[in-house]
Amino acid sequence: MSFINNLINGISLGSVYAIIALGYTMVYGIAKMLNFAHGDIIMVGAYICFFVCSGAGLSPILGILAAVLVCTVLGIVIEQLAYKPLRQVTSLAVLITAIGVSYFLQNAAQLLWTSNPRIFPAIFGNGGVQLGGDLTIPYKTLVTIGACVIIMVALILFTGKTRTGKAMRACSEDKDAAQLMGININSTISLTFAIGSALAAIAGVLLCAAYPKLIPTTGSMPGIKAFTAAVFGGIGSIPGAFLGGILLGVIEIFSSAYLSTELANAIVFLVLIVILLVKPTGLLGKKISEKV
Amino acid sequence: MSKKFLALALALLMVCACLTGCGDSSSSSTASTASTASTASTDESAPEASADGVTLKIGGTGPLTGGAAIYGNAAKNGAQIAVDEINALGGLQLELRYEDDVHDSEKAVTAYNTLKDWGMQIFLGSVTSKPAVATSTEANADHIFFLTPSASSTDVLGGVENPLTETIEIPRKDNIFQMCFVDPNQGSASAQYIYDQKLGTKVAVIYKNDDVYSTGIYNSFSTKAEELGIEVVSATTFTDDTSTDFSVQIADAKDSGADLVFLPMYYEAASMILIQADAVGYEPTWFGVDGMDGILTLDGFDTALAEGVMLLTPFNADSSDEATSKFVSTYKEQFGDVPNQFAADAYDCVWSIYNALKDEDIAADASASDLCDKLIAKFTSSDFSYDGLTGEGMTWDETGAVSKSPKGMVIQDGAYVGLD
Repeated sequence: MSFINNLINGISLGSVYAIIALGYTMVYGIAKMLNFAHGDIIMVGAYICFFVCSGAGLSPILGILAAVLVCTVLGIVIEQLAYKPLRQVTSLAVLITAIGVSYFLQNAAQLLWTSNPRIFPAIFGNGGVQLGGDLTIPYKTLVTIGACVIIMVALILFTGKTRTGKAMRACSEDKDAAQLMGININSTISLTFAIGSALAAIAGVLLCAAYPKLIPTTGSMPGIKAFTAAVFGGIGSIPGAFLGGILLGVIEIFSSAYLSTELANAIVFLVLIVILLVKPTGLLGKKISEKV
Repeated sequence: MSKKFLALALALLMVCACLTGCGDSSSSSTASTASTASTASTDESAPEASADGVTLKIGGTGPLTGGAAIYGNAAKNGAQIAVDEINALGGLQLELRYEDDVHDSEKAVTAYNTLKDWGMQIFLGSVTSKPAVATSTEANADHIFFLTPSASSTDVLGGVENPLTETIEIPRKDNIFQMCFVDPNQGSASAQYIYDQKLGTKVAVIYKNDDVYSTGIYNSFSTKAEELGIEVVSATTFTDDTSTDFSVQIADAKDSGADLVFLPMYYEAASMILIQADAVGYEPTWFGVDGMDGILTLDGFDTALAEGVMLLTPFNADSSDEATSKFVSTYKEQFGDVPNQFAADAYDCVWSIYNALKDEDIAADASASDLCDKLIAKFTSSDFSYDGLTGEGMTWDETGAVSKSPKGMVIQDGAYVGLD
């Protein structure tokens, strides 16, 4: 009984990691860049939704829409100001810039909204589906998993079937060749960030619906865990991010339930190291064949 | 062109950040000068009054930003009210400066050094335990008197035996004093209270094991509980990095049949536990410590979830006592909030230091070290006691711990109600 209960708790936690990981992996898969500010865009999205729902008292749907809108604009602005000027330099410089952006967003949020914690409203209610006995799957977990699956399918269809999606994949494979084919690299990458940030907004709302403490650093630890999940599942792979997220959550809960609450994080990262030693590209990662 | 624009934009941002960053401190200092000026009658007499008396520089560090900011700002505001009141009396004048330590040991030491460069003569210590352990060591080495409002760990004072290893790990720092209860006092008092009031037979504890405050209370609680025969059926932990998901800890307490859960932690984590326990329908008696103070003012928190939560705390803002209601109304007027225990502790710190010094002969350029000797002698002398907001007849001895009695409180209809 407690095993199944822990499994449900693990999946609940994992589904939140999964939805954040989807945004990480999408931006990485196309722009080949680790956007460490992703976790902080999540935080901004959660704050916007909080102010619309709790502050102005409007419906959660409006809150999510507002969060998506603000985060999309924010994502484009960050991309234009911080990442675009660095497109021709080493990826290390962009990585450091992303960390800078992450700190900038955290501190800006602290100035704007103070560091006093806020409790995010339970927009999906506190109930769940009864499975008999003490077992309940909370609605928020079902919503999060549902959102994950929808986003996953939409992303796969979008990058696989549409013209813009194909342009994105072309950019990720070879920027110069894509440019020669008449693809506008800059606008394609900007679009990637816009979509990534919109996903971050949704993830922010779902993260805070599940774990309602909202502070300017809300996004950073889940961001790091989700990044781990993305690497775990194979960074760049959309189903991999989902699988990695769920597995990470389950491993985390199981290790804290059966081994040690203190060592839970250590065990999570230990598993990551072992997986990467055995499968260096992650669970569902593409094999990279070096051209000679 | 675009690079120039970017540089310009960034430069502008930095300027803005500086301006907003300073906004808070400048506004609070104008508030304080305004109130001193108004009470010290006419315009230019204020600086002269302090020149012919003595002005002492009092410093403190606390988390003014970050997750624990509510404590740092409360302490800073409480201390400011006391300073304003004292300056309005004329005679010995005080100047207060708080530096941000973000509840971080290294930043606290930097903040302490900034205060030392400023010329701090008396130190109100750090507001939270982790940074206070670091700054108390520094202040001890520099021989600057240290009276913390709320850093309750025994590691701050030193000289207390660790009940697990039965050794004194940190020697007593002779110039370090506390206004709040020391952690073991809180832990054992809580156990005693639970035992006396027969609140629970099977007790679960969830504590934060990367925090000296939480582990300190837990250690003394479990020792006392064992002594009294209270059965601790579940003891689970979390850390800063794992302070969002409590499903495992709650399930463990629930499965082991605990009817009372003791939460020696700050209110932020406690609020998460209450929310998540409610979601799985677990309703034990919740028992907190002074860190629980603040849970009712948490933005967006459904106070119905905290209904029936018990805690031991020395300060009750609803008290009808004259000094308390005056403090509460001044605080509300100036800062727009109901003060918590941290504000009251800091207020008491400043007043007790003032009481200890007001009859002493102090030179205008008294060194921090001389003041420290005077204050240690006064605080540990048997005839010195102080009546404040957080207790009557408080006294201190060589251990640095305060002697006052905790009050049991319960949350009813979204407010604290005294239990006794």
